[in-house]
Amino acid sequence: MNIISKPSKENIKSYLPIGITLIFLSLLDVFVNAFFNYNLLGFFPSQISYFLPLVFGFIGLYLIRIEFSGIRSLDILNKNINSNNFNAFLTLLTLFILIKSIPPLLNWFILDANFVGNTKEDCTGDGACWVFIKVWFNRFMYGLYPDAEQWRINTAFLILFTIVGVSFFVSAKLKKYFILFLIFIYPFLGIELISGGGFGLKYVETAAWGGLSLTFIISAFAILFCFPIGVFLALGRRSTLPAIRYISIGFIELWRGVPLITVLFMSAVMFPMFLPDGTFIDKLIRVLIAITLFEAAYMAEVVRGGLQALPKGQYEAAKSLGMGYWRMNVLIILPQALKLVIPGIANTLLALVKDTPLIFVVGLMELAGMIGLAKTNPKWLGMAMEGYVFAGLVFWIICYAMSRYSQNLEKKLSTER
Amino acid sequence: MIFKKFNIENKKARDLIPQVVTILALLSVIIYFATNAQINMGNRGISFGFGFLNQEASFDITFSMIEYDGSHSYGRAFLVGLLNTILVSAIGIFFATIAGVIVGVSRLSDNYLIAKVAEWYVEIFRNIPLILQIFFWYFAALRALPLPENGISFNDISFLTIKGWYVPKFIWTNFNIFLLSIIAAFIAIYFINSYATKQREQFGKQLPTAIISLSTLILVPLITFLFFGVSLTFEYPVLKQLSPTVFTFEGGVSIIPELIALALALSMYTATFIAENVRAGILGVSKGQKEAAASIGLTKNQILKLVVMPQALRIIIPPTTNQYLNLTKNSSLAAAIAYPDIVLVFAGTALMQTGRAIEIISITMLTYLTLSISISIFMNWYNKKMAIKEK
Repeated sequence: MNIISKPSKENIKSYLPIGITLIFLSLLDVFVNAFFNYNLLGFFPSQISYFLPLVFGFIGLYLIRIEFSGIRSLDILNKNINSNNFNAFLTLLTLFILIKSIPPLLNWFILDANFVGNTKEDCTGDGACWVFIKVWFNRFMYGLYPDAEQWRINTAFLILFTIVGVSFFVSAKLKKYFILFLIFIYPFLGIELISGGGFGLKYVETAAWGGLSLTFIISAFAILFCFPIGVFLALGRRSTLPAIRYISIGFIELWRGVPLITVLFMSAVMFPMFLPDGTFIDKLIRVLIAITLFEAAYMAEVVRGGLQALPKGQYEAAKSLGMGYWRMNVLIILPQALKLVIPGIANTLLALVKDTPLIFVVGLMELAGMIGLAKTNPKWLGMAMEGYVFAGLVFWIICYAMSRYSQNLEKKLSTER
Repeated sequence: MIFKKFNIENKKARDLIPQVVTILALLSVIIYFATNAQINMGNRGISFGFGFLNQEASFDITFSMIEYDGSHSYGRAFLVGLLNTILVSAIGIFFATIAGVIVGVSRLSDNYLIAKVAEWYVEIFRNIPLILQIFFWYFAALRALPLPENGISFNDISFLTIKGWYVPKFIWTNFNIFLLSIIAAFIAIYFINSYATKQREQFGKQLPTAIISLSTLILVPLITFLFFGVSLTFEYPVLKQLSPTVFTFEGGVSIIPELIALALALSMYTATFIAENVRAGILGVSKGQKEAAASIGLTKNQILKLVVMPQALRIIIPPTTNQYLNLTKNSSLAAAIAYPDIVLVFAGTALMQTGRAIEIISITMLTYLTLSISISIFMNWYNKKMAIKEK
């Protein structure tokens, strides 16, 4: 059995070069195969040559697996990707799959893709037809909002982002006013700007709203309203008054037990039946109410988690100071409880943003809905892949940024405690 | 002044007032809605009731697990939708669990590459809305599959085409006996396991339960094949030419692309959340536990099986139950790609035909509530069973 000695420090001089050569060869073969479509080891029978890189790489990794070799980089390499046979195998497999999948993806996304032109006929390559996105970009962002009026949406969001951005740099005292403005004045201002009808602005009906801006509008309003409702529901669920507690529990569990899509269906077809004949509530407002109540139930459970995590002493201390229920909750309990559950709140808001595309069931079209519309346009058939990849990318950037921000916040707060 | 006095001195009254006000407000809203609904339905000449469930549905459903056509009732259509929802949820839960456990364990791998790939899988699929993923698989990825005549063949047994995935159909004889034998095998395994536990606790003997259980599960049904006349044959899908240019597969079972897209998206999306739960669960078992187990001489496998997993499962199960519930609820997105689940069949087509919004939406929501509650009751029971029994 000892014909081949185990790789160790003694035979490092001979094993290391052989091992590295074998690994290099196997990776080179896969690389050349993937990028230039040429099979280096093609002179072997096809079944063998298919697995040969794996075998070569495996033997190579075995040969360089030398404990305490004295070479720092080799030790780090062995520890991280080559600690035993199974790990070596997994490493090779992962590397091969990555190398194999890069060229087709690269080709589709960039090399074979078309960027210039205005019609589908300009897309001649095998890759993605980004012309589709370019031509429809305006619609994907603003929906069917009239072109001439789109500056209004831009202004509304510009004001929002400026205020949010500036509020990061001003003192705490000023920040308070900024936040109050954002919560109590800005929503009306923004809606007035986008909807129009006053101040000489042309009225734009909500059916024309759409695209990514609608995603933002719905998310912003739902976040604004679902948060206070969620806090009230959480307090209600923890209340000592049985009627209020059971109503809160019933309300929360009802929303949490059903999918959002049925809630939206309800707002679209069932809710009008409950209103006096002839009353008409705008579709967008109905959807907003539905999403707000739905997410408020989830928010309530998150806030409840924070309320339950607070030690009893906090309640007792507040009561012993003679505080009533509301003063105790607003001044002592909620600030601490909410701070505890910031990650949970962020996750709920993230879920809210990810849920907005569902409004397609009532006929409103945000980004995903607009892509659905564009891809069925007779001039642009067969563009589903480009459209959904684009939408996925946009949503991914938004959601990833949000989740990163909440993780940072969590880290920052946990060090303070 | 009066109010303040009243407030302090009479706690009972102080508690009563907000409750009475809330109940009255709720009641008045309900009554307001109910009267409006009554008037509206009266205007449209429909009356509240569930009698329509027995009427003929007269619409077809593309995919059904039970016998159904247009001549069946709305009640039957509801059942078809419900079964389809349960089917896609069950498939989703099965694959999401497997993928989630693999990815979750991979994230903790000491192999840097594997851990990174798993991390990026989670980051990518968790942060894209599920509905977009469903659209992507259905409208983009599965539409790129070949037509039946050049379908991707797996050993000529099953075929993947743009019209769906054709797999062999199982044709059983004496299936009941086979089913009984499987149930019997499970009962036997239960007794073997409880016997093994007793042996371990009383005499410290380790029986190879895993091997015994597995062989029981294989051997008992196998015996029925040999002695009880159970047999299994396959009906393979065969390509057939309908006209010079139109081909189709006959025989076998066709899994429609809607089901594939939905199950794929649901399981890939939910797997990311389950993976995070699994990771948190394994990380949640303190190092001291493993070291203590190693110091009393347990092997690596024994540590995993007897010390780490039981504790990790306690942390993993509650949030994973939530994910199962979410998956079941998310399966309602089927309506977006016309997979005939309960929302599409019942809250969509049936509602459109009958106009009975209140009844149908209530039934649909109640169904989901029941599904949710029954899964959470089952999981609570399981949770209690797994919980640490304090002595």
